[in-house]
Amino acid sequence: MSALSNWSWDYDGWIVLAGILCAVAASLPGNFLLLRRMSLLGDAISHAILPGLAVAFLVTGSRSSLPMFLGAVVVGLLTAVFTEWIRNFGEVDEGASMGVVFTTLFALGLVMIVQAADHVDLDPGCVLYGSLETTTFDMVDVAGTEIPRVVLVLAAVTVINLVVVVLFFKELKLSAFDPALATTCGISARLMHYLLMIIVAVTAVASFESVGNILVVAMFVVPPATAFLLTERLRSMIIVSALIAAVSATLGHVSALVVPSWFGYRSTSTSGMMALCAGILFFAVSLFAPQQGVLIRILRRQRLSLRILSEDLIALLYRMDERKSGVVASIGQLRAALLSGGFMSSLLMKQHSRKGHVIATENGYQLTDSGRRLGAELVRSHRLWEQYLVSEGGVAVDRIHGQAEQLEHFTGRELRDRLQQETSAPVLDPHGSPIPPE
Amino acid sequence: MRTLGALHSFLAFAASSLTDRSIRWPTWMEWQRVLFLQDYNTRVVMLGTMLLGLAAGMVGSFTLLRRRALMGDALSHATLPGVGLAFLIAPSLGLAEKSLPVLLTGAALSGIAGVVAILYVRNLTRLKEDAALGIVLSVFFGAGIAILSIAQQSVGHSAGLESFIYGKPASMIESDRLLIGCTGILSLLIMGSLFKELTLLCFDEGFAKSRGYPVLLLDLVLMGLVVIVTIIGLQAVGLVLMIALLVIPAAASRFWTQNLKQMILISAAIGGAGGFLGAAMSALFRNLPAGAMIVLVCSALFFVSMMFGTERGVVVRALRRRDLNRSVDHQHLLRGMFELQESRGPKAGIPFSELQTLRSWSSHRLLSEIERCRRRGLVFRDSGQHLSLTSSGMVEASRLVHEHRLWELYLITHADVAPGRVDQSADAIEHVLEPELIAQLEELLLQKRRVQGIAPSPHPVDATEHVS
Repeated sequence: MSALSNWSWDYDGWIVLAGILCAVAASLPGNFLLLRRMSLLGDAISHAILPGLAVAFLVTGSRSSLPMFLGAVVVGLLTAVFTEWIRNFGEVDEGASMGVVFTTLFALGLVMIVQAADHVDLDPGCVLYGSLETTTFDMVDVAGTEIPRVVLVLAAVTVINLVVVVLFFKELKLSAFDPALATTCGISARLMHYLLMIIVAVTAVASFESVGNILVVAMFVVPPATAFLLTERLRSMIIVSALIAAVSATLGHVSALVVPSWFGYRSTSTSGMMALCAGILFFAVSLFAPQQGVLIRILRRQRLSLRILSEDLIALLYRMDERKSGVVASIGQLRAALLSGGFMSSLLMKQHSRKGHVIATENGYQLTDSGRRLGAELVRSHRLWEQYLVSEGGVAVDRIHGQAEQLEHFTGRELRDRLQQETSAPVLDPHGSPIPPE
Repeated sequence: MRTLGALHSFLAFAASSLTDRSIRWPTWMEWQRVLFLQDYNTRVVMLGTMLLGLAAGMVGSFTLLRRRALMGDALSHATLPGVGLAFLIAPSLGLAEKSLPVLLTGAALSGIAGVVAILYVRNLTRLKEDAALGIVLSVFFGAGIAILSIAQQSVGHSAGLESFIYGKPASMIESDRLLIGCTGILSLLIMGSLFKELTLLCFDEGFAKSRGYPVLLLDLVLMGLVVIVTIIGLQAVGLVLMIALLVIPAAASRFWTQNLKQMILISAAIGGAGGFLGAAMSALFRNLPAGAMIVLVCSALFFVSMMFGTERGVVVRALRRRDLNRSVDHQHLLRGMFELQESRGPKAGIPFSELQTLRSWSSHRLLSEIERCRRRGLVFRDSGQHLSLTSSGMVEASRLVHEHRLWELYLITHADVAPGRVDQSADAIEHVLEPELIAQLEELLLQKRRVQGIAPSPHPVDATEHVS
């Protein structure tokens, strides 16, 4: 941890704070972009604002921040307007019209800036692009404390976004999920669309100016996507996404200092690492999220299939025992009947013998009383279902086995009793096999 | 970050080349040198960007139809970490850091990782396509920036790496052009041999799946093509320009045709023209950056296509709508006059005001339609401003009325629509009835009834009834 020995709250603290503010500010509108399937708009806008900055240069001839800020926000909005315009008039797919608009505006901006560089004292490194590392170079005195200007700007943007999201929560939510319904409820979905575009543009421009656009583009998309996998409710999604954004900003700065030192390098780009950390968090969540996680879903499916196999083994043994009481069946016989894998089958049978459902003998396994009870329950479910499907469901006799085979694993005592009632307590199932009593 | 670098490189270029940077109109000699490819460097650059435009235009057509126009955006960003890592690792393999094959291999590998990541997010989580692209784009680019920032401090002379982000068309050399050409041919071959499969994938993924095509594999092939084209374009023209070349020509060609093969050809042509003209302009006007000019030429072509495209262009569609409106007005006028004359005898002229109450048309619209009919000799206006049908107008009008009433009869006898309501339904469809359909209707309805000539109206015809 020697890389952190130089940590200074006066320097690194402000960087982390600026990163957190930028990340939180971007993740708030990002949630709505994600729900509207417009995640790439943040990227598009942050490219497209270039001509706005250039025009502001040319018109005012100054590098003062306000005209540049306004110019960029206007062009950011125009990106959204042009995209919609091309989509409607030209009947072009949304992604394509976005691609056309932002690359064109970006190229236009480049040409303008090359021209403008002539007449204006232009230092792109300071004005167009800030880096998080330079946060503390520009301090402002507020009520006796020195605060970086970047932090002030980003704090203002965060507050604006927060206020908009809280005030218009219902409207934004409705127009994100169902614009037609929103319109019939008297909410202008169009107005909400442009309100969202305004705060996206403001956030993109403010961040672009102060911390560079990698961070803001990533934070528009990644934390909301992560939160989307963790929760079902919009309210909690927004809160979770803001938390994730803050955590990845913090982790990002720390790892920008620490990770390169493992390979013998000095620190690396903080905003790049913040984006990367958000990505790593997303990947981890996508694997392990309690409901949606990929690994969790695989595990859950695996566990279910194991339970079904284990139940099938006992039910099979019961059926064999039915024909010849006290039968001893080898693993090979069981596997051949169920077409199951050898390793899993023997493992599950060992588990059964540990639980006392079966006794392991030299030639195979034999049911115990408790195992017989368990098997009887399953076979009873199976045969009651077969009876029910034939008598109440009108399913042909030769087609009931497969369905009953599935249903038997999800049938408890109560359901069996009801099945018995509905089918007026049969003794034999449609195939003529006896239905074991409860 | 991208912007900064782009600015840096362009500003540095501009500052070093000329002190006077206003746009100067080139002399005839300069035009000649550039347009006839007499200058070696210019020739290499212009042909190189043209080939790149051709290849990108072709691949872009498929991604556009797959509704993944911005996939190039994500994948071109995804190549960056590979470039950085290749740069860092190359010396330990005993190779030069900036050896192009090593860097391109790195770019390809990380591009493929990007493809896998997109497929992972899209297929295994409940997030949609756009989120998958956004995540891959920003995270890979962030990682790339972090790695490049390390690379810069480690080796010291990594300056050339920046051209992967911002591109430097002017630095293109003969071998680059060869590489672009070969890759273009390779991607053309792949597309040619998988044309049917890729078409199916783009238009109906579900159908392709149900026919047993390996959809996932085809998806990978398509994204692989995007990665290949992006990589060869990266060093030449940079990230953002690559996106433009993948999106704009394809979107523009969509306005000219409905046929996929033609669309691919047109898109390639637009991309090629953009590359050629953009590079030419930047060669002619010394301080217009080539990358940006290529994009701007492409977008100019896009807007021309959007307005004047012969298949879906704005103007064509407006004209088509106007023609349809006119033919509807024409039919309404003739049928209205026919029915009025039918009820009050052929000799009686119809005053203009009465015609206007027939439908909700403005007097201007009605007047211009009357004027068109008069010029075609269908309508006659007497001295008292009363209108009547000429004999050829009568023929045309009776055909229209016949069609209208046939449809009404059909609705009544076969669709069980009440006679009082058929007029409006028939109104909606009569303008688009094909001659074959009329023949069928006649066969279906009139043979049994042995009606000759114009069928009688199944409901009372009255001028006031038409007011809608």
